[in-house]
Amino acid sequence: MALIEFTEKGLYCPPADLYIDPWRPVRRALITHAHADHSRWGMGVYAAHRHSIPVMRHRLGSIEAVGVDYGEKLRVNGVDVSFHPAGHIPGSAQIRLKFGKEIWVISGDYKLEDDGLAEPFAPVKCTHFVTESTFGLPIYRWQPQHEVMSDLNGWWAANRDYGLCSLVLTYALGKAQRILSSIDAGIGEVFVHGAVHQTNLALEHAGYSFPHARYLTSEIDKSRLRGALVLAPPSALGSPWVNRLKPYRTASASGWMALRGNRRRRNADRGFVLSDHADWESLNSAVEATGAEHIFVTHGYSDVFSDWLRAKGLRADTVKTAFEGESAEMKPARNGENDSE
Amino acid sequence: MKKFAALITAIDATTRTNEKTDALVRYLEEASDADKLWCVALLSGNRPKRPVKTALLREWAASEAGIPLWLFEESYYVAGDLAETVALVLPPPEREDDASLTERMETLEGLRKKSDEEKEAAIRHIWRGANKAERFVFNKLMTGGFRIGVSTKLMTRALARHLGEDENAVAHRLMGNWDPRTANFQSLLADPDPDEDLSRPYPFYLAYPAEGGTEQLGPVEEWQFEYKWDGIRGQLIFRKGAVFLWSRGEELITERFPDIAVPALNLPRDAVIDGEILAYKDGSPLTFNHLQKRIGRKKPGKKILDDSPAVLMAYDLLEESGKDLRDMPLDERRRRLEALIAEAETDALKISPLLRPATPDEAGRLRAESRAAMAEGLMIKRRSGTYKIGRKKGEWWKWKTDPMTIDAVLIYAMRGHGRRANLFSDYTFAVWDGAELVPVAKAYSGLTDREMQETDRFVKQHTIERFGPVRSVKPELVFEIGFEGIAPSTRHKSGIALRFPRMLRQRTDKKPEDADTLENVRKLLEEFQ
Repeated sequence: MALIEFTEKGLYCPPADLYIDPWRPVRRALITHAHADHSRWGMGVYAAHRHSIPVMRHRLGSIEAVGVDYGEKLRVNGVDVSFHPAGHIPGSAQIRLKFGKEIWVISGDYKLEDDGLAEPFAPVKCTHFVTESTFGLPIYRWQPQHEVMSDLNGWWAANRDYGLCSLVLTYALGKAQRILSSIDAGIGEVFVHGAVHQTNLALEHAGYSFPHARYLTSEIDKSRLRGALVLAPPSALGSPWVNRLKPYRTASASGWMALRGNRRRRNADRGFVLSDHADWESLNSAVEATGAEHIFVTHGYSDVFSDWLRAKGLRADTVKTAFEGESAEMKPARNGENDSE
Repeated sequence: MKKFAALITAIDATTRTNEKTDALVRYLEEASDADKLWCVALLSGNRPKRPVKTALLREWAASEAGIPLWLFEESYYVAGDLAETVALVLPPPEREDDASLTERMETLEGLRKKSDEEKEAAIRHIWRGANKAERFVFNKLMTGGFRIGVSTKLMTRALARHLGEDENAVAHRLMGNWDPRTANFQSLLADPDPDEDLSRPYPFYLAYPAEGGTEQLGPVEEWQFEYKWDGIRGQLIFRKGAVFLWSRGEELITERFPDIAVPALNLPRDAVIDGEILAYKDGSPLTFNHLQKRIGRKKPGKKILDDSPAVLMAYDLLEESGKDLRDMPLDERRRRLEALIAEAETDALKISPLLRPATPDEAGRLRAESRAAMAEGLMIKRRSGTYKIGRKKGEWWKWKTDPMTIDAVLIYAMRGHGRRANLFSDYTFAVWDGAELVPVAKAYSGLTDREMQETDRFVKQHTIERFGPVRSVKPELVFEIGFEGIAPSTRHKSGIALRFPRMLRQRTDKKPEDADTLENVRKLLEEFQ
């Protein structure tokens, strides 16, 4: 019997009787991170990194949840369970399960670059590695964050000089805070949409702070928005909320902006290539660093990426999950926001 | 090359025309005359011949990136653009070269005569010394198809601003055949000699679709009504004894239509005539199908000239005896055109007859019946209007007949290119032949972005099989397909070819079994052939 089975409800560990990021209600769920496609409603009890818990409570309401530290050792029916940094968003974790000689690592979503906000990714040796493949093609190679931020700062400053408001459309959990932490706040004031603000408050419970971010309430005088930077989820663009920002320019910050077709199809004036997922090089080096004998490729370009791993001589298989890959960008999640790129 | 690549990046990064124009003007201010000419040529769609086979480019790029060819191909399906895929997969540059646009174009020109090994070495060398933006532009130059959202109008505006001259004058100079390798910026664009090029055509004035009919146009007396002919727009030039015939695509097609060009020598004086090239026999236009046979023939033989003879259906006069008439009112141009065509006394030059509806209702009836006259609707032109450049709203309207329609089932989808890369946007539709669905049309336009995204999601969730970029999907969605013409075809399994098929709407009220049958479609063929 394998330590992890891929079932209709999600990834299941029979000896421990636990699910990891299940998509149907189960009794006990380990959660890699708080994004909606990994952390769903209806589980009996949740265990996640302690930084994920306040956001999960904000999104899922009153849940029974256990907060765990990175590296903390748990033992469930003889299975060793621990959480390790995945670098994707605050609180995101790779989950390691050891039973006998088998060591599985379920990495959820991850990125290798240190974004200055989330605990940086730490490789974990294992025999079986479950990896995402959202950007698992060689056309996806990210620029370093400081270069992207410098472009974004330049765009903001230029808009400010024209008396325009700069609206960045981005996911309310993760990307928004990453931008808040690395933007040059000397350029002007920074405001956030309610969805971002609520997420910030939840993260503040976990010990993070976003001193530059002001909640954009109706009391804020319109004149202050000229030259300001505003962060909002993509759905805000189609709502009347956006009218008060006029005159404004929009930008979209996402890994999909690496492709010209997506940039041209986007609903924004500019596209910045900024992703919380691993690019091609990172996926490959992450897989290599685990030393795993068997790789399971989930959401994204999973067929192509596992073909590639096999071509390199590794044992690799594609696994169908309910995590969101290819079409996730278009699909609005609950509350009209969109988490997983 | 760095500056040109930066220009392309800047144009690509914005959707605003003003910002694009500003970027172009800034580039023109700084660039050398030679680079300017190349820039104008490339952005107006004049591009060099392909110096290398794209199959080889793929191999070299995959090898340079250290990935197998199949993985390169998978990446290409997703990016949807070869030049971009190559630029994205290549490893970071080793050096920073600084060659001008002109030098790069000369290198490409020189490559055409080289062996494949020499080409490979040269191209890999250039890749290694270029950043991502330069690689993209360089690859675009090698693969052709430099479409980056710069219209000729925008190019003209930027150039006019740079030269400090009138846009219309600059637009005219840009027309016709010129070669950036041999042309001189000063003499072509800055201070041209008017007699230098007898063949140079005028930019075409294009009509706007009149979606709402004639209601909003005001009194019908102020408008000239003609049929909208279903042929090829053409400009016939007769200057100093020489005849030139241009297509709207700025292609010189004089030799393809001797049955127009030779009789045009009878014109009594120098003239430039705007009209429609039509296949025409026994007092009536033939179907577009006949004309299509003519378009491909560089030197048509006797048989095809007999079967599908061509005429020019003239509708405007742009120049007479060396004088530019474009600023005259249409009524005056029309009066002169009628006199000129009458004097030419040839059947090959016809005049597009005026229709004279007394009321908007009557205009509507004429439009509805226009297929019987082998036309595809009405052209409505303001009688006092001048002849403008490009597509301008307000004075020239095309009011097409409603398209013919069928309901068909979506069975294949293919990833699009450019703006639609990574999106299943090119669809194949089928109708029932007994219990079997037979493909009958391919269409990729007519849906809004949102509808396309929904269809894209349907395709991804209902894929049956994958064939490279194409997927077969569960036959479930029914679309109303509109088209302008129908002809028999030996190349299609259905035996039928539709002209300008596009999606009018999704028929969410219909199940796949409610779609049309091949028999229905054949009836349409009999009716309109």
